[in-house]
Amino acid sequence: MSSIKPRVKVPKEVSIDEIVEIKTLIRHPMHSGRMKDVDGQTIPRQIINSFSAKFNGKEVFQMDLEPSISTNPFIVFQYKAKESGKFDFEWIDDNGETYSISKEMVVS
Amino acid sequence: MKLKKLRKISRRNALQLIAGFTGTAILPSISFAQSNQALNRINEITKGLGATESDIYLDLPEIAENGNQVKVSFEMDSPMTESDYIKTVYIFADGNPSPNVAKFSFTPVMGSCSATTRIRLSKTQNVYLLAENNNGQFLMTNAQVKVTIGGCGG
Repeated sequence: MSSIKPRVKVPKEVSIDEIVEIKTLIRHPMHSGRMKDVDGQTIPRQIINSFSAKFNGKEVFQMDLEPSISTNPFIVFQYKAKESGKFDFEWIDDNGETYSISKEMVVS
Repeated sequence: MKLKKLRKISRRNALQLIAGFTGTAILPSISFAQSNQALNRINEITKGLGATESDIYLDLPEIAENGNQVKVSFEMDSPMTESDYIKTVYIFADGNPSPNVAKFSFTPVMGSCSATTRIRLSKTQNVYLLAENNNGQFLMTNAQVKVTIGGCGG
């Protein structure tokens, strides 16, 4: 699904020990398995069931998503900057597909 | 005293009373089973130990016009050090088709235990937050959200 594109906002430059806010958004219908299409057919469940954030290869945050999470999952969390490095964000779909994006952060 | 009062009630009234009593006796047991699916999940996770009510900052709108997109934020007061940090935060909704909403796994390197997301709520209900720290202690809080238009489809 090429329509699924994650977007992440990470501050590029931060000072040491600063708690930064990381905002993520992914375009995804999050079919809960309860909604019906125009013909009255139930749309089968297809959601993003997991989100994770790694910093320099080490997992720092993980979230399990359920059908009760809204369309286009929006997740915000905080992180304490200790060293420069790279964030790797990954979303896992019910169908096994993964969507990922990386962002660099410089700590001065 | 009660017996004397009861004798004054006519046969018809007495029957209505009994019907009323049995009605109220049956109804709560049904709604209890349904409306506490979130508390049941909390019981399962805490293995029956239960959680301490705590004033965790849980931000939800009092009235949500659209149940499809309800913003929820929380912030826990925790030092977030290796020896004392919040490990997991669960969010449950007692009026949704399934009580599970989200599970957040935190690590001490995050420096703070807070997160924001958007959830679906099918009707007016209570949203519960359950947090577990690294020592296996549980904290919880809840908030009621009035939903004008439900957001779970169907």
